[in-house]
Amino acid sequence: MDEIREVEETYMKKRVSSFRPGDTVKVHLRIKEGDKERIQVFEGTVIARGGKGINESFTVRKVSYGIGVERVFPVHSPLVKRIEIKRRGDVRRAKLYYLRERVGKGQVVKEKQGELEQDSQAE
Amino acid sequence: MAKGILGLKLGMTTVYVGDVAVPVTIVKAGPCVVVDKKTKERDGYEAVKLGFIEVKPEKLSKPQRGAFNKKNLSSFKFVKEIRGMDGDIGETVTVDIFKSEKFVRVTGISKGKGFAGVVKRWGFGGWPRTHGHAATRRPGSIGQRSTPGRVFKGMKMAGRLGNDTVTLRNLEIVKIERNQNLMLIKGSLPGNENSLVVIRD
Repeated sequence: MDEIREVEETYMKKRVSSFRPGDTVKVHLRIKEGDKERIQVFEGTVIARGGKGINESFTVRKVSYGIGVERVFPVHSPLVKRIEIKRRGDVRRAKLYYLRERVGKGQVVKEKQGELEQDSQAE
Repeated sequence: MAKGILGLKLGMTTVYVGDVAVPVTIVKAGPCVVVDKKTKERDGYEAVKLGFIEVKPEKLSKPQRGAFNKKNLSSFKFVKEIRGMDGDIGETVTVDIFKSEKFVRVTGISKGKGFAGVVKRWGFGGWPRTHGHAATRRPGSIGQRSTPGRVFKGMKMAGRLGNDTVTLRNLEIVKIERNQNLMLIKGSLPGNENSLVVIRD
């Protein structure tokens, strides 16, 4: 069991930004188009974090032109270049699936008061 | 010359190769020791016997102990024969031997499922759950009437499933960790965690 964890750790990111459900994040993704590479940003609210170890993932929801869009990202994927926290959310739940039912202003998570510290070294 | 090593299946995880997530099984492979040799002249074929996981001699039966003592070797929990492999008695075999290989064959004993029905054992479709069906997982008819008046041999029916020796071929080696004696093999392997697997080229 320990050996599995050791192997996993060599593939995991050393520092991951400490975002939580409710936070608004910008996910910087590496996109490969043919032989060209560019960064695409997906911005939205984190509604869930799941899994552990190398299989940890998180779900980001945003509303794009009136359509709800959700994407699930593996935290440790090399394609997820950076997770930037834009705004801390004040929520009482670990999974914010109730946001899916909300329309209009109700989709906005209350902002958590206090400093927004950014870990500049985190990927 | 054939190559082989014994290992313990530790479990599965995900690793990233480049940008792609790859499912792998981690195997603790070796170090093994050559405990016996079979030769063409004496036995009709070439092979070596590999011992894996040292144990206290008291753990083994007297005849097993004797076989190791005679050659001044320590006692091993598992001994398996690898056909066509070369090596001298007492020689250590490590994962290094697979350095130049890309694909391997892995043999293990699959998980026992006990007495399994026809749906699990043979993939039968079963019957509708609704519309008044009472027997959803039964096989249905197993033959005709008085011609032929018997059930054909080999009819797929319920019975013991699993606990068979299974060999998977062309499994990709994702990585070899020589310091930890670990091998990362793409995909799943037969058997439980901590069960013995034989890796051959």
